Amino acid sequence: MDIQVRVWRQSGPTDKGRMVAYDVKDISPDASFLEMIDVLNEKLILDGDDPIAFDHDCREGICGACSMVINGVAHGPEKATTTCQLHMRKFKDGDVIDVEPWRAAAFPVIKDLIVDRSAFDEIIQAGGYITAPTGTAPEAHAAPVPKKDADAAFEAATCIGCGACVAACPNGSSMLFTAAKITHLGLMPQGQPERESRVLDMLQAQDDAGFGGCTNMGECAQVCPKGIPLSLIGRLNSDYRKALSKR
Amino acid sequence: MIMNDFWTEGDPIVDKAAPDGPVETRWERRKFSAKLVNPANRRKLTVIIVGTGLAGGSAAATLAEAGYHVKSYCYQDSPRRAHSIAAQGGINAAKNYRNDGDSVHRLFYDTVKGGDFRARESNVYRLAQVSVNIIDQCVAQGVPFAREYGGLLDNRSFGGTQVSRTFYARGQTGQQLLLGAYQAMERQIGLGNIEMNARHEMLELIIVDGKARGIVVRDMVTGEISTEFADAVVLASGGYGNVFFLSTNAKGCNVTASWRAHRKGALFANPCYTQIHPTCIPESGSHQSKLTLMSESLRNDGRVWVPKAQKDTRKAADIPEDERDYYLERIYPSFGNLVPRDIASRAAKNVCDEGRGVGPGGLGVYLDFADAISRLGRKAVEAKYGNLFEMYERITGEDPYETPMRIYPAVHYTMGGLWVDYDLQSTIPGLFVVGEANFSDHGANRLGASALMQGLADGYFVLPNTISNYLASGPFPKIDESREEVVEARTQVEDRIAKLLSIDGDRTVDSFHRELGHIMWEYCGMERTEEGLTKAVGLIRALKEEFWTRVKVPGKGEELNQNLEKAGRVADFIELGELMCIDALHRRESCGGHFRAESQSPDGEAQRNDDEFSYAAAWEYFAADGKPTLHKEELTFEYVHPSTRSYK
Ligand SMILES: Cc1cc2nc3c(=O)[nH]c(=O)nc-3n(C[C@H](O)[C@H](O)[C@H](O)COP(=O)(O)OP(=O)(O)OC[C@H]3O[C@@H](n4cnc5c(N)ncnc54)[C@H](O)[C@@H]3O)c2cc1C
Ligand code: FES
Repeated sequence: MDIQVRVWRQSGPTDKGRMVAYDVKDISPDASFLEMIDVLNEKLILDGDDPIAFDHDCREGICGACSMVINGVAHGPEKATTTCQLHMRKFKDGDVIDVEPWRAAAFPVIKDLIVDRSAFDEIIQAGGYITAPTGTAPEAHAAPVPKKDADAAFEAATCIGCGACVAACPNGSSMLFTAAKITHLGLMPQGQPERESRVLDMLQAQDDAGFGGCTNMGECAQVCPKGIPLSLIGRLNSDYRKALSKR
Repeated sequence: MIMNDFWTEGDPIVDKAAPDGPVETRWERRKFSAKLVNPANRRKLTVIIVGTGLAGGSAAATLAEAGYHVKSYCYQDSPRRAHSIAAQGGINAAKNYRNDGDSVHRLFYDTVKGGDFRARESNVYRLAQVSVNIIDQCVAQGVPFAREYGGLLDNRSFGGTQVSRTFYARGQTGQQLLLGAYQAMERQIGLGNIEMNARHEMLELIIVDGKARGIVVRDMVTGEISTEFADAVVLASGGYGNVFFLSTNAKGCNVTASWRAHRKGALFANPCYTQIHPTCIPESGSHQSKLTLMSESLRNDGRVWVPKAQKDTRKAADIPEDERDYYLERIYPSFGNLVPRDIASRAAKNVCDEGRGVGPGGLGVYLDFADAISRLGRKAVEAKYGNLFEMYERITGEDPYETPMRIYPAVHYTMGGLWVDYDLQSTIPGLFVVGEANFSDHGANRLGASALMQGLADGYFVLPNTISNYLASGPFPKIDESREEVVEARTQVEDRIAKLLSIDGDRTVDSFHRELGHIMWEYCGMERTEEGLTKAVGLIRALKEEFWTRVKVPGKGEELNQNLEKAGRVADFIELGELMCIDALHRRESCGGHFRAESQSPDGEAQRNDDEFSYAAAWEYFAADGKPTLHKEELTFEYVHPSTRSYK
């Protein structure tokens, strides 16, 4: 199939950036979206142009590196799918496709489609862990965890930290990301001792890093490639209120 | 010295760090004999760790918790994205929670046997011992492993074992284990004990006074080159499966960190030992950039088959039961679909070579869940494998609940790596190597669910205990940037980058990488011959020549330049590819996943040659005459006696 992509090109953090159109001819519907960009890049290099910079690594939807806003939607049109798992068979011959980076105050553009997401690491640093230095652990079966809780914790823990939630949010809020970690750790018995300090510290870090506030728009959950539900934010808020009242 | 056209044989090498005596107490005794570092002194000692996967992440967190100052590096934008994140199936541990006869000794036995008697007993025993602590550690961190209704941990049997000892978190075990290590790391970063340098690539090792003392790194955002110093350097930089271009590894996985150390004197052991995984999604066209693994846990419930007739183009559903060949069940009745990876992979290749493969190009076999769905119900199958089925459908556009999956073998893991002793120290003092980057525990073939175990064993429990023995003689003298060795290492990096950018030829980096991959897959893949390997060495040498005259790397060094990053990695892969072929050439036996056509039994099974090849091959970098030097480490088996593996 033949398509046209209009891609955000920005040579560095201080460049203003612009959309540039490229024709991509004869691309297989079985190619992934990133493979389509690979093919385009090979051509750009041989033509003496600058290839498009984009983050990617695993290309199987788990590392969270890939991050493109496709036709205005973070990760593109397919539900619960990362950019790397999106395939060209989801598009039609002759389509014109816009490709842009994540846009959020806390995720500045580094080059083309690559943004700086280190603010997510800062949120985790503030409290997204259970303190358990190596060697101190009790026998694994010492504390059984009801299957229901373990399963729900797992669901929340599948967040890949890609940042689509932030990119989709009109406020640039990271609430869904933070809520997923709060839920994961808060559902495990091991996570109880730090439960209150965790929510307070992570929310503070979120504000400090420049993420916007959550106004329950729900756009985040719509684009989450792992289907993390909006309801987790409610859980976070209830943890937050409890922690505040005890402070 | 023995010489031939391709290599030179040097002195044997021995592992001086390994204690002897009863295998059960070797690790205990080594820990006791290792020198310790007083907690107050640890702050004064700096350790560089390259890599934040399971091995590097767990090592960084643990060393920082112990009080050392850690400097950590990864090429991704966050340590959480290391390739370990992609591991699906699970992690082994000898907990014997199922009361099915498992024990440390059995895990040890299975791993030595699974590795086809090409791994060290001492190391493997230790691995089996610490496996139980890993699960405790991960549970304490909040890793949400799968659980039973009673709230206890669930287990499954995995890839070639007869006991259920694999712990898992749906199909995302690597992700959950890595996030556990990452979170522990982030806590230490927050406390100021780890200095994290994401998007930084190590491009050279710095050796001063014979000791590994630092690295040269490139800031991948600005292109700035800097020199970083420490009292010891740990490489946790993962495996080199991407030498094949198409593999299940993440796109950035590379050999550069290890290869740079190898060039500086670290021996590289068993480079030709690569694992080909039987259950990957077949290639769909020339745009293909990587292959996706379907966890082999699927083989617990899926049945592998091809049509009995050649070139049968009917749809799977139209082929009647009696015209299907469930070849694994037929050839290996006692293990059936659960034979080890190497056997399953080669059997798939064989049926495809016979012209009975399915899908585009006839390079695929079916993995069919129809029986499991009728036996367990769709819901149960969905609960176990739902995310894998979804992933398959997303990639191929086919629904595996309705039509059988198509699978084909792909390169997945590299057992070879930098040679290390029992302390995980390489042949360069002060350079330690952990995780997939070292060669130590899996011999010629890795059992499923044992790489995660090894990575975490190395990082949480082994290295922190052995590195202290080395660090006890530090802190070492402060290094001046102007020292000759430092300037030289830095200049090497700068010159190489300048050279890559100046060639301005007419071929892209990827085109060279693909070509190298074809050569490796064709001649150094599942089946190898003397003739093919000899040819491959010639082809790779020519490719190297061509690379350095025709490659086109756009852009500048002082900016984010992904093609420059790739070019450096591919240049190293080309050299590694040559060594892999020479290693494969020299090993005139079929062993583990490596079928050497000249060494087979009358019924076509792999024939190992213990009389001549019961050793690890540790290679010294190519000498001026273009030949690498082989140092043999003799392997002895006191507890598990070499036998022919039979899964029939
Ligand atoms: C798809 C897939 C599924 C798997 N499933 C399983 C499974 O179910 N069970 C199992 O036991 N094993 C499995 N494995 C194998 C296992 O995941 C790996 O062997 C293991 O995770 C490797 O861990 P590591 O820490 O050694 O390296 P990695 O996780 O690969 O980490 C390497 C690190 O080094 C860094 N790095 C590399 N080079 C440089 C450089 N030059 N400069 C700076 N940093 C660098 C990277 O940024 C990264 O942080 C699987 C592998 C794959 C590919
Ligand atoms: S590249 Fe890893 S999630 Fe897309």
